[in-house]
Amino acid sequence: MSLDEYRKREFKQVGQRVRRPDGVDKVTGRAMYGADATAPGMLVGRVLRSPHAHARIRSIDTSAAAALPGVKAVLTGADLPVQEDAFVRDVQDNCMAREKALYDGHAVAAVAAVDAATAKAALKLIKVDYEVLPHVTDVDVAIKPGAPVVQAGRTLENVPAGMSENVTSHCEFGHGDPAAGFARADHVVERHFRTAATHQGYIEPHAALASVTSDGKAELWCCTQGQFFVRTLCAAIMGMEASQLRVTASEIGGGFGGKTTVFIEPVALALSRKAGRPVKIVMNRDEVFRATGPTVHTSMDVKIGMTKDGRITAAEAHLRYSGGAFPCGTVDMGAQAAFAAYDLENVRTYGWNVMTNRPKEASYRAPGAPQAIYAVESVLDELCQHFRLDPIDVRLKNAARKGTKSSYGPTFPDIGLVATLEAAKRHPHYTAPLKPGQGRGISCGFWFNFGGNSCVSLNINTDGTVGVTEGNPDIGGSRASISLMAAEELGIPYERVRTIVADTSSLGYNDVTDGSRVTFAVGLATIKAAREAIRVMCGRAARIWGIDAEAVEWKDGAAVPAGPNAGKFPPMSLAEIAAVSFETGGPIAGHHEVNVDGAGVSFGVHIVDVEVDRETGATKVLRYTVFQDAGKAVHPSYVEGQMQGGAVQGIGWALNEEYIYGPDGRLQNPGFLDYRVPVASDLPMIDTVILEIPNPGHPYGVRGVGETGIVPPLAAISNAVSRSAGIRLSELPMSPPRVLKALGA
Amino acid sequence: MVKVRLWGSLRQAAEGQTEVEVEARTFKELLDRLVETYPGLAPQIARGVSLSLDGVIYREAWFTEIRPESEVVLMPYMTGG
Repeated sequence: MSLDEYRKREFKQVGQRVRRPDGVDKVTGRAMYGADATAPGMLVGRVLRSPHAHARIRSIDTSAAAALPGVKAVLTGADLPVQEDAFVRDVQDNCMAREKALYDGHAVAAVAAVDAATAKAALKLIKVDYEVLPHVTDVDVAIKPGAPVVQAGRTLENVPAGMSENVTSHCEFGHGDPAAGFARADHVVERHFRTAATHQGYIEPHAALASVTSDGKAELWCCTQGQFFVRTLCAAIMGMEASQLRVTASEIGGGFGGKTTVFIEPVALALSRKAGRPVKIVMNRDEVFRATGPTVHTSMDVKIGMTKDGRITAAEAHLRYSGGAFPCGTVDMGAQAAFAAYDLENVRTYGWNVMTNRPKEASYRAPGAPQAIYAVESVLDELCQHFRLDPIDVRLKNAARKGTKSSYGPTFPDIGLVATLEAAKRHPHYTAPLKPGQGRGISCGFWFNFGGNSCVSLNINTDGTVGVTEGNPDIGGSRASISLMAAEELGIPYERVRTIVADTSSLGYNDVTDGSRVTFAVGLATIKAAREAIRVMCGRAARIWGIDAEAVEWKDGAAVPAGPNAGKFPPMSLAEIAAVSFETGGPIAGHHEVNVDGAGVSFGVHIVDVEVDRETGATKVLRYTVFQDAGKAVHPSYVEGQMQGGAVQGIGWALNEEYIYGPDGRLQNPGFLDYRVPVASDLPMIDTVILEIPNPGHPYGVRGVGETGIVPPLAAISNAVSRSAGIRLSELPMSPPRVLKALGA
Repeated sequence: MVKVRLWGSLRQAAEGQTEVEVEARTFKELLDRLVETYPGLAPQIARGVSLSLDGVIYREAWFTEIRPESEVVLMPYMTGG
């Protein structure tokens, strides 16, 4: 993909706040979520989970469970093949433990029975003989030599000798000479930070219905961000050919990255194959918290040197991330993102991934970036306070722009950070008066975005309407956005286009809905599929008119002669061409299949006002404004929703959300009562300012917007708290007990 | 010849260098030449890498053309949520 896709144009459909296609079904309860799937003869699947943080499985006796009337299948790790590929092996071993239970909640066995009560009774009859092992759930403990080893032999070649076996990978990025840069600084601040693991917090628990027939074919219905990736993983685990497994994605009740892998899907398939009947598994909330992906938890050291006029002379970060009991590459992303917003002569980031006895990490919006950028933006703010400099002015002075050699290597092309900072500085929020005890914080944020494999089939119906078939579950409004782009390109009203999400047997491979990719990449494929359909329609009109196809062009939803020499013919609309398509050569369609690149990086700036209650330690968010470069906002309401949603999830991360482990290594708060996400009454209206700086890698200038919004809130709120209460916390969440402790109360 | 910038932790796999030169006209040729010239890079390349070409990040795309004057930066394989 090149950077010359963009062409400036006057939009007629794109940019309109059209009615969302899934709205009625969702508000009336008619939408089919994962748990709504049923099949004749369906069995209930349940999973037995380890009560230990770390234990060797000496044996599992399933005989009593299998003999219980109504039980049709029992499954353990021994029923699944040993995988050669390390990635698939880790996914499989996370779905069903083999030799060791690696964390509290790790699946060790499963049953399928005629009803839930029988399945529950059967689980109690399974006897697991555990040898309880020493455990480690804290990254700073796990990294030390001598710590309990979660898995042996997983260390990559890039880890320096002498470290704990829990350290699986190491990375380093940057350029220049930080030591020389620090020597030139007028002041250097170095701080230690920690952030808790948080859960993506989607409302819909994981659910899967599998049906494997005796001839080896299988159907799987599940809630996922990527049915094609589910097929890839499940086919590998089940030893099936991809063509024999059809995966259909349900409507999805939130994912945020947490539904980009599998947990119960292969278990349901394996139980179904054993039982010879469909098997449905629905997780409860306790299982979602204990056994599906939270984020990494982190320990970080950040050091920044600055001159008294606000120029950064050097920056350095040491990041220690733990993605739970398996190797995890998220620290690579955090280390690259940490200083990406700034034009730095001397910068270095070092990252280590460390295994702990916690659930296997799953992605969460901009994985790895919020934590690192929280630490960087906190230190930067402390330097602004030290020198009494304006926080936005300092960021503008150091901002990355076109031609900046980024901290992770490449030289930036056109980027929108300066425009975003300037918009924040101009906004009335930034200069609005604050009352005593209130504080204002800001932070920049960054995310890479990417494109990926995308297939689109666009069919022109004979009544002049259009069906678009794409392969990415709609987690952020993509069906509306894709319909808008199809309508724009074809020159017809939005209401005449319907976009649906296909199963894995109906379309070529599509990457997962992640990386802020769908509106950008699938949108690009849709535009090109529409252009292919237009080419065919122009050809049909040319044959009807008896002129060359090259003499016909598409304008305002109709084929027209390209110029006076082409002849005089009245415009022939899409509906008119479609109506005679059977007579002129057959059905008309456009397709496009592509691996899209050129997504373009994204920057955001958040401003927040807070007030800390010095008696309770509670922090109230008073006002919040998000500024973000969206490229062209295809459906502004959805773009605003992404920005608001990211901010709210970041507020939760900053103030309350955390995985709390007891000394026994068990999760103490696996439920929404004790793991507190922000609710509407906790929040002000999140204001948004969309900047539309066209992405040259997309025909309409579209840029991904789904992830950047969660990056700045952690530091923005921490910076606001420091100005409200006069305390600088360095550990998230800034829950009331931590704030009270910092206040010395 | 194309200059390729490596991230810092690949230095030990590339004879202590963070910028190397190989003969390549495409992304695929670049990866093949890197593995041939610096076998220590093979495990990382097998695990997956991204490539930044003049500031645009590519995750796959073997046939992406690389010009001698292009800025080429090897990066870890991008993931998202």
